[in-house]
Amino acid sequence: MSTGNRPLSPHLQVYKPQITSVLSIFHRFTGVVLAVGALMLAYWLNAAAYGPEAFERTQAFLAHWFGKLLLFGWTWALLYHLCNGIRHMFWDACLGLEIPQVRASGWFVCIASVILTLLAWTAGYGMLGGAY
Amino acid sequence: MVEFNLPKNSRVIKGQTHTAPDSAKNIKKFKIYRYDPDQDKNPQLDTFEIDMDNCGPMVLDALIKIKNEMDPTLTFRRSCREGVCGSCAMNVDGTNTLACTKDIADIKGDAKIYPLPHLPVIKDLVPDLSTPYAQYTSIEPWVKTDTPAQGSERLQTQEDREKLDGLWECVLCFCCQTSCPSYWWNGDRYLGPAILLQAHRWIADSRDEKTGDRLDNLEDSFRLYRCHKILNCTNTCPKSLNPAKAIAETKKLLVERM
Repeated sequence: MSTGNRPLSPHLQVYKPQITSVLSIFHRFTGVVLAVGALMLAYWLNAAAYGPEAFERTQAFLAHWFGKLLLFGWTWALLYHLCNGIRHMFWDACLGLEIPQVRASGWFVCIASVILTLLAWTAGYGMLGGAY
Repeated sequence: MVEFNLPKNSRVIKGQTHTAPDSAKNIKKFKIYRYDPDQDKNPQLDTFEIDMDNCGPMVLDALIKIKNEMDPTLTFRRSCREGVCGSCAMNVDGTNTLACTKDIADIKGDAKIYPLPHLPVIKDLVPDLSTPYAQYTSIEPWVKTDTPAQGSERLQTQEDREKLDGLWECVLCFCCQTSCPSYWWNGDRYLGPAILLQAHRWIADSRDEKTGDRLDNLEDSFRLYRCHKILNCTNTCPKSLNPAKAIAETKKLLVERM
């Protein structure tokens, strides 16, 4: 938009963050995180195909607390993106677009994604029997 | 284009403070965006101390009080002062609304008032709305027909008329339009929530015979599909309308006709 010499009125600088815009930016952010996480996953699989030493190195990195933190973040990103994606599908069907419903489903997605992440990790550790 | 920072000439600098008379006991501070095109200066944020015991309840009352009693150069649009004309749309306390229907008591702390976001500013709280108006023209907001009217006017059933409820009430204040980050970044090509709600108003009208043409015009990755359902539009509408839903209905019609 050409503004000539006129100043542009403030936008991001003054607009209050709200559940609508914040969850929307989370959706995009988690999408980016998932793309990066997919690279990590590909690297891990590649290492497994490459040989025991390469796999061991990758595994050591992922078993480190920092690697675990990344994986935990990736799990949450996946589950948030999934839950919010389902919310988007309802909207595409013109359902749940009234503001009280939008707020309720927004909070539901936040809470559900955290609970599902914790469940996934609990189940994962359960299956490993505490090996890592 | 996504640009998070304001251009150099648009950054808001500190402004003046206009103090209330000593007799005032119930003071509220109003921080108001000022820009004077006749001065070679960046916009600034002026502070006005207002005696709330001597001021009407709405934000517009405070603005008119300032203009009458403290600084006659303060510039803003207003007309009906009852939420019908849409003139006094501005950013109050971080969201877009009509100054005339915004209760000052609902604002915690200082009241910050800016023009509608991401528009060229003509003066103070008056933004240039040429682009949204041109976009409004582009959707041809009138009944378009091929067949002649039966009798003197085109009738519609009560049920068909009810389909326009929630659409016709829009006063084109552009609160929703300028609350939309997608419109901030692509306002030159994306029609924005207000215009898309209006577009749907004519698509949903049983008397209009050009629904197909209207949908053709909207079927564009920018004009319609820059809506990513952020939903700031519906959240901010001072008339409690639902532009996001109107856009979703339009998209649904496009899918259904495939």
